[in-house]
Amino acid sequence: MPEAFGLYIHWPFCQAKCPYCDFNSHVTRNIDQKRWLAAYVAEISRVGAQTTGRTLNSVFFGGGTPSLMEPETVDGVMTAVRATWPTANSIEVTLEANPTSVEAGRFQGYRQAGVNRVSMGIQALHDDDLRALGRLHSVVEGLAAFETARGIFNRVSFDLIYARQGQTLADWRTELRRALDLGLDHLSLYQLTIEEGTAFGDRYALGKLRGLPDEDLSADMYEATQEICGAAGLMAYEVSNHAKNGNESQHNLIYWRYQDYAGIGPGAHGRLTLDGQKFATETVLSPGGWLNAVENIGTGESLRALLSDEDQFAERLLMGLRLSEGVDLAGSDSAQNPTFVNNINGLSDLGLVGYENQTLLATHKGRPVLNGILRSLLGG
Amino acid sequence: MTDLNHIRNFSIVAHIDHGKSTLADRLIQSTGTVQDRDMKAQMLDSMDIERERGITIKANTVRIDYVALDGRKYVLNLIDTPGHVDFAYEVSRSMRAVEGSLLVVDSTQGVEAQTLANVYHALDADHEIVPIFNKIDLPASDVSRVAEQVEDVIGIDTSCAIAVSAKTGEGIRETLEAIVHHLPAPKGDRDAPLKAMLVDSWYDSYLGVIVLVRIIDGVLKKGDRVRFMSNNTVHSVDRIGVFRPQMEMAADLGPGEIGFLTASIKQVRDTRVGDTVTHEKRSCDKALPGFKPAQPVVFCGLFPVDSAEFEDLRDAIDKLALNDASFSFEMETSAALGFGFRCGFLGLLHLEVIRDRIEREYDIDLITTAPSVIYHVHMRDGTMQLLHNPADMPDMTHVEHIEEPRIKATILVPDEYLGDVLKLCQDRRGIQLDLTYAGSRAMVVYDLPLNEVVFDFYDRLKSVTKGYASFDYQLTGYREDQLVKMSVLVNDEPVDALSMMVHRDRAELRGRAMVEKLKDLIPRHMFKIPIQAAIGGKVIARETLSAMRKDVTAKCYGGDATRKRKLLDKQKAGKKKMRQFGSVNIPQEAFISALKMDS
Repeated sequence: MPEAFGLYIHWPFCQAKCPYCDFNSHVTRNIDQKRWLAAYVAEISRVGAQTTGRTLNSVFFGGGTPSLMEPETVDGVMTAVRATWPTANSIEVTLEANPTSVEAGRFQGYRQAGVNRVSMGIQALHDDDLRALGRLHSVVEGLAAFETARGIFNRVSFDLIYARQGQTLADWRTELRRALDLGLDHLSLYQLTIEEGTAFGDRYALGKLRGLPDEDLSADMYEATQEICGAAGLMAYEVSNHAKNGNESQHNLIYWRYQDYAGIGPGAHGRLTLDGQKFATETVLSPGGWLNAVENIGTGESLRALLSDEDQFAERLLMGLRLSEGVDLAGSDSAQNPTFVNNINGLSDLGLVGYENQTLLATHKGRPVLNGILRSLLGG
Repeated sequence: MTDLNHIRNFSIVAHIDHGKSTLADRLIQSTGTVQDRDMKAQMLDSMDIERERGITIKANTVRIDYVALDGRKYVLNLIDTPGHVDFAYEVSRSMRAVEGSLLVVDSTQGVEAQTLANVYHALDADHEIVPIFNKIDLPASDVSRVAEQVEDVIGIDTSCAIAVSAKTGEGIRETLEAIVHHLPAPKGDRDAPLKAMLVDSWYDSYLGVIVLVRIIDGVLKKGDRVRFMSNNTVHSVDRIGVFRPQMEMAADLGPGEIGFLTASIKQVRDTRVGDTVTHEKRSCDKALPGFKPAQPVVFCGLFPVDSAEFEDLRDAIDKLALNDASFSFEMETSAALGFGFRCGFLGLLHLEVIRDRIEREYDIDLITTAPSVIYHVHMRDGTMQLLHNPADMPDMTHVEHIEEPRIKATILVPDEYLGDVLKLCQDRRGIQLDLTYAGSRAMVVYDLPLNEVVFDFYDRLKSVTKGYASFDYQLTGYREDQLVKMSVLVNDEPVDALSMMVHRDRAELRGRAMVEKLKDLIPRHMFKIPIQAAIGGKVIARETLSAMRKDVTAKCYGGDATRKRKLLDKQKAGKKKMRQFGSVNIPQEAFISALKMDS
């Protein structure tokens, strides 16, 4: 299988900041989209010059809220992309969208620009919970936007957040079944995570975020998720992502398979193999700072660090063990380390990992405690 | 040298906070011994811990010149003694060095347990006692009630008692007069061979060991060659003087006088409290009675939280031991806690003081293991082993029986808390010896095992009586009981630092409390972990820490790889703060909290 190559484009703006979100997103009025487009185009040209000859398998518009981009902006970016790299026939072009009616109105334009997959932030099928999560849409509005999207794009995925405040196991089972009844072929199901530096994080630190599930309920919810999705033919191909066979997100698989991706836009990360060496790249985090850097210095990149073999091995595992297919360790020196082998055997005895034909994977039992597995394998 | 008839030597006996130090301050100040501008509170307590806690650890002394109302000039020597039971032996020696005592009782509170313990030391030393009823400036003061109580409980005459406010100075003149007129002058023969009692000693980095002495007979001069009779060491005296309370050099010290000598002595260990000092050539024929070397009664392990600080800890302990002959130590290794020291103390307060000084003066964070007492382990072969570390417990099949130290504990408590106190003492395997009333306060006397008291008895007592009980004890001897070593096993591996000696009947309760606590303290692992308390091979309490069920990052995409990798690196560093037992990692905090158990 030839190594795939992806491009990530970060649009850092939202209409409102959600209380659980720790992504690089900003609420700003009066965005000069022409100026932003010019900066993206300049960056595509810069990165393109360093990756000549590579075939692009995926483009992903993430955010922030990329569905706030004008279709013309997306079109401009895609035009530059096609002019820079040869694209695979099967290229996947995904755009993250908020399910409001305003945004649904732009879907046709995105399709014309080349977007062929949208990922919708539905998040919950309860209006009260949507409000608690700081979302601007209602359930009815969200589902309507979803139907609009399905009419326009071949592939539509949607996100739900579970293990929410006060949610019971029975509530979640019901909600998940209702989502699956829509006949989805890709679904991202995230347990609510309280991150530092978010509104929820602040409230949690003060002890004011009540009704979050304990470890056992959280584990039960995860198990129920696997069972219900499995029965509907949407197996987990990754910790939080479920798809019917062949509907996996090609872009995200690039991350988890530790293949190359370029990151463009404020705070975007990349992993690029240049002259046989793998680098981590980062761009300027703040939107204004990034725009200035691109316009005045000629690059938005703020960091390019060579990754040691050890770092690469760690990243390959921490990304790859998320996948049900596991990680191919053939040819890796680090995988021959006796301590590592010993740790694998220990975890294997506990039924948490499988290791066959040089492929290491987290089992069904192991995946919910993947952080623990990673600590055992990489934590010294 | 002062005429014997113009010397008065005395100590002050009081319960903590009854105003002993303030009274001493006032006596020093009103006689002009210290200029007002040099005066500070608790003049005689020199260590920070002494000032902070209001306790006296080392004996201190001050020489006061006083012109009495009769126009004669007197020398008054005050020895301020440690008031705490841990230092009972030092107290008894200090008492032997003086002829009388001021018994200070807070007139708003009345007699307390420490008042009793210390007044008995004074009576043992045949002291004349002048009762001082202090704090009469306070509205709650009730002198006649307290006088009645002193007569009832202690049985001493209060007709010569003085009502004092050490705070305002009222009654201070009368107190000084009473010292002169009610307390006897010392006796002694200046022509007899030198006989002096070693009252206390401490290390001074410039002068070496400073030895506080009371001259009984003979005269001590600078340049004399003196012999310490307990260890037959001979030293050349290079300085002699008195405390006012600063050191003041003197040419000689005669009978009845209290002062210091230095003789280039390097270790406090060589100068034992209660020893007899005499001349090398013209020795006195008999040493003073009652000398005994200090014996630690409470033991615990002290380990540095950061194992890299072990050498610093060794240094700190060496330095503290220079100045404290009663504190013993030896190196110890623990699988759980690494390198540290097994230390012996005179009691719990002594333990706390040493621990605080190491943490504070040497800035080392410590883990203190559960305090233990010395058990007498009688073996089947007829020998007896002294056991002060449960880790050293011999195989039970070779043990005939075990004896433990017992104490006589005296507790004074307002009667509304009496029930709780009795229950606490019963729970701790106590046997009631006496129960009497003095007004609305009950005095209970219990025979208790020391190992139940060193654990957390005092904290529990304070908590059930809201701090109104006072407590004192003395060691009474050893008695056989059903004692066993309780081990703690985590994932079937014994954790040495958590093993302890317990009574068989209490083992299950203690074991249960320990395993429940550990279950909360040890983080979940990838597998389930049995946590057990066991006596020999028999498990008496068990909890199972479930395996981790959920710990996975929900979202992990292209921008997260760096952050997650760095997080793992950080966790790798954090793992060094864990102690590994087989495949289980126990965080250091778990040991600290588990050892702070309060069942």
